[in-house]
Amino acid sequence: MTIPTTASGNRGLQLEQNLIFEQDTPGMTAVDLPAAPKVSERLGEMKNSKPIGLPGLSEPEVVRHYTRLSQKNYSIDSGFYPLGSCTMKHNPRLNEKMARLPGFADVHPFQPISTVQGALELIDTCASWLKELTGMAAVAMSPAAGAHGELCGLMCIKSAHEANGQGHRKTILVPESAHGTNPATAALCGYAVESIPANAEGRVDVAALKAHLRPEIAAVMITNPNTCGLFERDCIEIAKVVHDAGAYFYMDGANYNAIVGRLRIADLGVDAMHINLHKTFSTPHGGGGPGAGPTVLSDKLAPFAPVPMVVKVGEKFEAEEHAGHGAAKQSYGRMKGYHGQFGVFVRAVSYMMAMGGDGLKQASGDAVLNANYLLARLSEEMTPAFEGPCMHEAVFDDRFLKGTNITTLDIAKALIDEGVHPPTMYFPLVVHGALLMEPTETESKATLDQFIASMLHLARKAKSGTAEAEFKNAPMLSPRRRLDETKAARKPILRWTPGAGDAAKQAAE
Amino acid sequence: MRYLPLNDTQRREMLGAIGVSSVDALFRDLPKAALASAKFSLPNTASEIEVERALGTMAAKNLNCGAGPSFLGAGNYRHHTPASMDYIIQRGEFLTAYTPYQPEISQGTLQAIFEFQTQVALITGMEIANASMYDGATACAEAVAMACRLTKRSKALVSGNVHPHYRDVTETTMKFLDVGVECLAPDPYGIEDLIGRIEPEHACVVVQTPGFFGHLKDYTVLAEAVHKAGALLIVCVTEPVSLGLITPPGRIGADIVVGEGQSLAGPMSFGGPGVGLFATREKFLRQMPGRLCGETTDEDGRRGWVLTLSTREQHIRREKATSNICTNSGLIALAFSTHMTLLGEAGFTRLAQVNHAMAVSLAEKIEKLPGVKLLPTAFFNEFAVMLPKPAAEVVEALAARKILGGVPASRFYPTYPELKNLLLLTATETNTAADIDALVGALKEVL
Amino acid sequence: MSQTRFTKDHEWIKIDGNIGTVGITQFAQGQLGDIVFVEVPAAGKTIKAGGEAAVVESVKAASEVYSPVSGTVKEGNAALPDAPETVNSDPEGKGWFFKIELSDLKELDGLMDQAAYEKFCAELA
Repeated sequence: MTIPTTASGNRGLQLEQNLIFEQDTPGMTAVDLPAAPKVSERLGEMKNSKPIGLPGLSEPEVVRHYTRLSQKNYSIDSGFYPLGSCTMKHNPRLNEKMARLPGFADVHPFQPISTVQGALELIDTCASWLKELTGMAAVAMSPAAGAHGELCGLMCIKSAHEANGQGHRKTILVPESAHGTNPATAALCGYAVESIPANAEGRVDVAALKAHLRPEIAAVMITNPNTCGLFERDCIEIAKVVHDAGAYFYMDGANYNAIVGRLRIADLGVDAMHINLHKTFSTPHGGGGPGAGPTVLSDKLAPFAPVPMVVKVGEKFEAEEHAGHGAAKQSYGRMKGYHGQFGVFVRAVSYMMAMGGDGLKQASGDAVLNANYLLARLSEEMTPAFEGPCMHEAVFDDRFLKGTNITTLDIAKALIDEGVHPPTMYFPLVVHGALLMEPTETESKATLDQFIASMLHLARKAKSGTAEAEFKNAPMLSPRRRLDETKAARKPILRWTPGAGDAAKQAAE
Repeated sequence: MRYLPLNDTQRREMLGAIGVSSVDALFRDLPKAALASAKFSLPNTASEIEVERALGTMAAKNLNCGAGPSFLGAGNYRHHTPASMDYIIQRGEFLTAYTPYQPEISQGTLQAIFEFQTQVALITGMEIANASMYDGATACAEAVAMACRLTKRSKALVSGNVHPHYRDVTETTMKFLDVGVECLAPDPYGIEDLIGRIEPEHACVVVQTPGFFGHLKDYTVLAEAVHKAGALLIVCVTEPVSLGLITPPGRIGADIVVGEGQSLAGPMSFGGPGVGLFATREKFLRQMPGRLCGETTDEDGRRGWVLTLSTREQHIRREKATSNICTNSGLIALAFSTHMTLLGEAGFTRLAQVNHAMAVSLAEKIEKLPGVKLLPTAFFNEFAVMLPKPAAEVVEALAARKILGGVPASRFYPTYPELKNLLLLTATETNTAADIDALVGALKEVL
Repeated sequence: MSQTRFTKDHEWIKIDGNIGTVGITQFAQGQLGDIVFVEVPAAGKTIKAGGEAAVVESVKAASEVYSPVSGTVKEGNAALPDAPETVNSDPEGKGWFFKIELSDLKELDGLMDQAAYEKFCAELA
């Protein structure tokens, strides 16, 4: 049976929705405001005399617009999201409720310090949990996300080297398998980047690392567990050789959720690590952010941490907002407005308190158990890139597709029709045709079994040699089929412009 | 633990399928010494009620702005949040989705980003905008870095009317790139001469409108001088509601407009998370940082959206990327966009008018107080006033009366004695005539 | 007399007197996929052999085009930025990137001829 063509373009519950700019009722608004006092304007010469071009919609139209848009999205609330390296775990609504308490949400960053003692206590509480869990001396709370935390760590490292007469160290070592943010961050911090190779089992090659260490090396950035889902079991030795060479050990904490509550990274010899609160500590990804990337620091780096810092003086909290004074005497400065991602801290603390130390340990255990269960069961038809056990994510390569003409991308798109968000594809770069799966601890066995059934079904179908066209056409059942990314990039249309909708309408007809 | 679905029977079954005897066996690659030494002094799992009690107690220690009259600004503004906006951003399909890397099942987020990009471009008067940065201050630093790439120069000039956090973040970021940032002294009277300070080595000049001390200034002549010197004009906007009433930066010659969207995107939340706005001209597209969403079609020819021009970004370009940014402020951008959609042209201009009228109404009363001098002649919803005594003391005394009566400039400029008596006051649509009377009455007692 | 030489980075250079025309090979365009963006150097730019001369991007990858030889750019292919798809359809013809005046003809000796390059590609596949 073929899908009928409808006059509206809708397909049952899949409802088409024009841009807001195509729904304009001039003069309409969904926000009524109280009357303004009668005064004479004081805008000088800057009063705008021209229309802006925003469309007018009523409240019911706006609510329907966004409700329909939302229904075109996959989300962790609606289904399994095994997106490797992204940690798509359940986002408790308690976190949202806490962040909306007026005492947290309706607080201004520049109120007198005496009126925000609870807000500073919240930041201090979040910091205390992070320090206790990692065993590190200090934590810089202001980085806005993971990459920003990396920048914070490298800025501390550069400042420390300069303070110690080691300013000639201008190069950062980064494994080939690293997230793109690592080399990008190093460059943003004014460093040159050198790649170090992995060994055959997917880990940093300590001998190769040693060969790269020399007096110009400022630091080594290593993700641990690494992007292949494996723990760098030589990390203590790595820390030692790095320190012996006068460099610092930056650990990328993107995968910290696999080990949280089990060991303290201070015991691994780490000098700095960012923690993605939007991964390990369950704050929502929100379709791309916001996150928060508090960065824990060793005692060697702590003096250089950015402002602001929360300081406890007796029973009172203070905020050190200026570099060069008090606790921030050697601080390298400010890297984010205000007090960091406060609303994200509230959500993370809500989660930490709910989980407790015992719950966090159980969470990393279940995350690793779930990943190994996928690794074991999927190995029946698929080809693991590395020997297990893995940590919180399992990576497969595309050897199982050899000779089928079906690619990793095709498998991913077919999974969409199975009702699953595809795993991370083609990353890490060191694995050919990689499928990186991170189930997280918040999935039930029934969900994992359903996914395994879908995945094995697709792998068998791909190998059968009879379904190539079906794979190439996938997805068939999603709100949109494969989109033309080449067209989007060759002649970029990055905004709506008046009249452009007519052409789109014609195309749809 | 209620967030963890597995029970012990299932765990055993799964361990059996894996072929190991315990979960600990899966952690065999972790160093034994580190496992043994790990002792954590942390509380155990807590129920919802317990968490609510603990955090409720903490929250209650703060004086929230809604508890009394408040007049705080300095880059963070209290505006009314429409109920439907907060509902929409809490829909799980938006809240709990990842970055839209699989466009077939992310059209909702993508279309919302496309609409956001268009709205930001329209209100700033620019040609294109990205999908958001962390906040206004980091967006400002990114803009300076972008100007350096475009002009191949490595010096920047920052006005004394720029928010001190924007200035500080820019200075910090740039010093690690060996870019000299020349920051002019705070300019509460709005009299600095920027044009005379432009040098041929400058990649850009950074200004803010409305200025940090409230001044509304026409930067058209400055823009011409900046362009004549081969540099770019970066305009910061910390209060986007102003764009409902004043000439957009794009029309006075801005090359890059950055700003903070928080004021239209929900609660202040002690200053974060906000949403960095970033808009520029199409010819600078390739050097722009951050994600971009673009229009295209799917295999059936239906209109759709994808993330595009990703080769600028870190996950492809690595150390040659335009920025290291990955996670941005997606959900706050959605809140901003939803609010803009609810407002529409009529609501947005009306919101700006109400804000301005409340601020003028406040100014009319404040400037009559003995010894108080209003500094800007033209302003939007915020202005600096010189008091006859230290502003920090006045603010503390007002807080004791449950009035949050502005932000003292000394909070930002502790080393400038001449700013000690300077206070920043803001009024928005959330204030009432009674609030203003309460503040003015209290000031009469305190001053 | 014209001759074509190849680099290990998959650039070709066609020599006519002391002027070389440079582009990327059929193999390279196949590896990159649909080309969506090209940046060519301006006339007058001096480049060393192996130096970054141009940029070529597909949807998911970005690469530098390195100059096979040292010299001064005489002309960038002005038609290319508006029609990057030409690099896919005619990489070794209309899809050329730039013309360069060679400062040292001897540098050509270090490059591969057609047969050597074909062998090189066969080993990669």
